[in-house]
Amino acid sequence: MVRPSLHNLVPYAFFVVLVGSAGLWVDNPYYFQILSMIGIHALLALALNLLMGYAGQISLGHAAFYGIGAYASALLSARYGLSPWLALPCAMLAAGLVALVVGYPTLKLSGYYLGMGTLGIGMIVFIVFREWSSVTGGASGFVGIPPLGLGGRALLDVRSYYFLVWAVVLLALCGSQRLIRSRVGRALRSIHDSEAAARAVGIPTSRLKLQVFVLSAVMSAVAGFLYAHMVGFISPDTFSFIVSVKLVTMVVIGGMASIWGALLGAALLTLLPEVLHAFAEFEMVVYGLILMTVMIFLPQGLTRGILDIYALRRRQSERAARPAD
Amino acid sequence: MLRIRNLKCFYGRIQAVKGVSLSVEAGEMVTLIGANGSGKSTLLQSICGLMNGWQGDIRFEDRSLKGLDPPRIVRRGISLVPEGRQIFPPLSVRDNLDLGAYTLHRQGRKQEVRETLERVLTLFPVLRERARQAAGTLSGGEQQMLAIGRALMARPRLLLLDEPSMGLAPKLVSRILGTLVTLREEGLTILLVEQNARAALQVADRGYVFETGQVVLQGSAGELLEDEDVKRAYLGRDYGDFYDGKA
Repeated sequence: MVRPSLHNLVPYAFFVVLVGSAGLWVDNPYYFQILSMIGIHALLALALNLLMGYAGQISLGHAAFYGIGAYASALLSARYGLSPWLALPCAMLAAGLVALVVGYPTLKLSGYYLGMGTLGIGMIVFIVFREWSSVTGGASGFVGIPPLGLGGRALLDVRSYYFLVWAVVLLALCGSQRLIRSRVGRALRSIHDSEAAARAVGIPTSRLKLQVFVLSAVMSAVAGFLYAHMVGFISPDTFSFIVSVKLVTMVVIGGMASIWGALLGAALLTLLPEVLHAFAEFEMVVYGLILMTVMIFLPQGLTRGILDIYALRRRQSERAARPAD
Repeated sequence: MLRIRNLKCFYGRIQAVKGVSLSVEAGEMVTLIGANGSGKSTLLQSICGLMNGWQGDIRFEDRSLKGLDPPRIVRRGISLVPEGRQIFPPLSVRDNLDLGAYTLHRQGRKQEVRETLERVLTLFPVLRERARQAAGTLSGGEQQMLAIGRALMARPRLLLLDEPSMGLAPKLVSRILGTLVTLREEGLTILLVEQNARAALQVADRGYVFETGQVVLQGSAGELLEDEDVKRAYLGRDYGDFYDGKA
């Protein structure tokens, strides 16, 4: 089913050119940090979109896996002197194992109950980060996370870090798209549509849900790793309930079941607060208003909404071009 | 081929199937008829592994199906066309069919999938025309064909159908049941659950009559069509005739 036609390659080409040119033009560490942050959020949104947009399983606790990735990598590299590149697979494994253990009972739930269950996981992990001070540094955070270097030589500067983050995002994009178009992706969409019918057809729904949950957690852990070594400092608040909700918002605003939508949602929700600094104390009000407007007028999310508007415009202009008789 | 002995199914404390025994021989088309809520669908769901905690014995090709989950049962060679069709409306017709072959795809049996797809599309040419359309845009009859096609994609040896005539115009009912006759002639074994007793008995070889979770009558389709009780209860003969007789 995976046919790399020209039609599919255009968005990728556009993406690479955009990321590439931004990386070469921008010359300000602050902007690089924001652009890298968009990439990290995009990775998280992609991960959550596989679970939510495609398999139809909501998670209100995804910041937990983001946090587990960050803390695991921080601990292993800062406290035990492990190379961050070796800490990464350990962090992924840790998040994957936690997802496996908590996902097994939780994914038996559906709808609101699954939302509540995952919310609980997020809360518990957050409390562990905050209260287990001897290991995580508690509420004041974990300092002294080593930056990343390549080949044991030069440390990555902000520009290289930006390229590293976005290379990972590109990888995740291609991987997600391949997965979605595969037999497994089709089965995930069937679960989203009707789990009962999928079971009747002989699709192992429980196992597939657990597998996509673990995959999603592992991708989130990679985002946590990238965040921890970029900023050099982590604290529990970065992985709180609010962050989980923000991730869900990114997926919904961008457009569920659309990998480009996840990217768009992540970019929008990361940039908005930066742009809205001008509104000072009204920042959150304007932020909320923008999100409400999008949801009211484009309930399918930005990608679907923009495509629909585009199709409508084209039909209108075609009609206008036709000679009236 | 399929042998059920003393099957009992419970929903909580309510017993839906009360000790049913029946059998389906290879190459046969057998129908279960009976009113709403008589336990027919529950029986089918027990065979497919969709119903947990049944008691008794269900054997397919001399191996017990106890404790198997639906994917394993599909792999053993049993496919279900569920009640109310249960297709995946937003997915394309082609995707729906491919989902039916999920277990074959998983085992990498690509050639077989291609052959089966070709067979299904020949059986239901309308599905070929609409392959790229969303399944939800099909008409009721077409959706039923899709549901049957999807079940066939797993290359079953035993096909179970739960009320395929539900909500269809009489003409479509005979079209669907005619397809089942064709499939049986090709060697497929069929267990057909129906409320439309007359239509089902006209195509089946044998039948079982269900009432409140029990088999109350069984016999060849011809015998059942002629049976006075069946006529009264399920074939819509005038009730008045019997009252007159009894009085």
